[in-house]
Amino acid sequence: MPAVLTSTSPAAVAAPPLAVACRQIVKVFGEGDTKTVALNGVDLDVYPGQMTLLVGQSGCGKTTLISIIAGLLNATSGALSVLGQDLIRMKGTPLVKFRQKNIGFVFQQYNLLPTLTAVENAAIPLIIAGVPRRKALATSQEILASVGLENRLHLLPSQLSGGQQQRVAIARALVHEPNLLVCDEPTAALDAQSGQTVMQLLRRVALQPQRAVIVVTHDNRVFGYGDRIIHMDDGIVTQVETPDHTATAPQPLSHETLQHRGHETLEQSSIVPERTP
Amino acid sequence: MNWLALRMLTGDRSKYLSLILSITFATLLMTQQVSIFMGIVTRSASQILDVRDADLWIMDNKVRYADEAPYLRSNDLQRVRGVPGVEWAVRFHKSNMTARLEDGNFRNAIMLGIDDATLIGAPHSMVEGELADLNLPHAVFVDKSGYEYLWPNEPFQLDREFHVNDRRVVLKGICKASAPFTTLPVLYCRFTEIEQLLPANRNVMNFILAKPTAGSDPQEVCQAIEQNCGLMALTQDGFFWKTIEYFMVSTGIPINFGITISLGFIVGAAVAGQTFYLFTLENLKQFGALKAMGVTNQRLIGMILLQASVVSGIGYGLGMGITSLFFTFTNRLAPMAGIHMTSIAATGVGLAVLIIILLTSLFSLRKVLFLEPAVVFRG
Repeated sequence: MPAVLTSTSPAAVAAPPLAVACRQIVKVFGEGDTKTVALNGVDLDVYPGQMTLLVGQSGCGKTTLISIIAGLLNATSGALSVLGQDLIRMKGTPLVKFRQKNIGFVFQQYNLLPTLTAVENAAIPLIIAGVPRRKALATSQEILASVGLENRLHLLPSQLSGGQQQRVAIARALVHEPNLLVCDEPTAALDAQSGQTVMQLLRRVALQPQRAVIVVTHDNRVFGYGDRIIHMDDGIVTQVETPDHTATAPQPLSHETLQHRGHETLEQSSIVPERTP
Repeated sequence: MNWLALRMLTGDRSKYLSLILSITFATLLMTQQVSIFMGIVTRSASQILDVRDADLWIMDNKVRYADEAPYLRSNDLQRVRGVPGVEWAVRFHKSNMTARLEDGNFRNAIMLGIDDATLIGAPHSMVEGELADLNLPHAVFVDKSGYEYLWPNEPFQLDREFHVNDRRVVLKGICKASAPFTTLPVLYCRFTEIEQLLPANRNVMNFILAKPTAGSDPQEVCQAIEQNCGLMALTQDGFFWKTIEYFMVSTGIPINFGITISLGFIVGAAVAGQTFYLFTLENLKQFGALKAMGVTNQRLIGMILLQASVVSGIGYGLGMGITSLFFTFTNRLAPMAGIHMTSIAATGVGLAVLIIILLTSLFSLRKVLFLEPAVVFRG
């Protein structure tokens, strides 16, 4: 089994190196009568510099797949390369260290530490990596400013709105500059407008040429933000879509509309989605 | 990561304080009860420890504890003096008598009769009066707490007259003495005075105090006395523990205190354990997120143990502080005189708190260590 898998797309020769390559990934939970096949031979390519949306109905295997891609769950069989590393064979501390260095997480329920302020929460990955606290907090402050929370640095999660908490979570996911960002339903706990803001933010701040972003969602209102949309059903990939961005890109709401609805707005010029060519 | 662990712990003030207070309460309860238990049990043999001049106690060979000693024959004293290895031996009396005061009230008291010539067994520290005054006719000394018990709220006053066993005695001194088990006054007088107070008794000597010759082994001298005289001979330490053992085995004191101490441990463990466990459970998602972000199990163990150590350290310190204050205050009260926090209690309770916190941590750690980081993706 090669450590680095190649692209399965017809344009593989011209495509950049894969950030994630899944080949025939199978995941079975339980055994006997309780046996459940969550993934039944998934093939998937994820490219750096792109936002890949993983979509499908509840129970189709999206969360199981990103758990395996993020090294949080072992696949039953198949091959998996993440950022050039064979994650199927990687176990224990090397796997933990790999996650620590290379993967950023954005969770549906934010999972911020309730007793830490925004700036402290965002600094956690750096603290885990052993960066001195003062430096970690300074870096965290910068990244929080980039997501528009420079005035909310010292508030606790309970003092922030859902959208603001998710922005802290995004800052936390990016503070250590990972090459893979995994987002699980980042808009599910938010109202429509906050969801749009978070997706715009992900495109503006998270997308870098060397970084791949995977977003699990079943919110079809945000499909337009993806460079590639992977449809899943019953544990397999059923369709790979590459939307025409110029036709499908959602138009962000105007500054006035946001204010009218009482939402906190990011700087208007900075939240317009940047599209990869 | 230590910083993170401490911020997680101290951020939730109410839980943090609950944890500390539960350990504080457990420490207070256990230390206080262990100390009182040790104090009370030591009191049962306090008159033995107060005799500092003699190393050996000789008594009837059926004696079980210090308060239950039949009288010896007067020639036993000469026989003991004749045993090789005995440097000197003197008479000693210990019994309970009734003191009738000037106003007609009467109180039971512990009466100690000491050798006229040597005053072996006399108190070592006087509050009022001189030791030599014990040689005066009808003279008695009373311990300080005993004086306050006999004449409450009255200033120290010597030359007071009262009756013991219907015989007139004169208070010639107030001394310091260890509190007895029953908190009765301790009266001292010469042995010949005892003979006056107990005229109906042919023998009034129930102990012989002796000292082995220099260089001889006290245990061997005790064996020699037993073989030659048919009496029981014990070192001071041996008699002390024999008396303690009687109270431990034959009274309900250890069981009652044991139950309270155990309850302190159980309540402390349960409250601290439950609070810490709930604290961990509530943070389980956060621990999962930390695991997902690359915190190893070893680091998580370190974080939880640090949190547990901080809570137990502060709780134990506060508990010890409150216990110290408690005994500082209660030592001024006559019934509690001499009962203080002991180093054994402090060390023992420290170990108990350590066990509580380790058990608590283990329960919490089990949840965290077996937590799958993928749990963070379950909404």
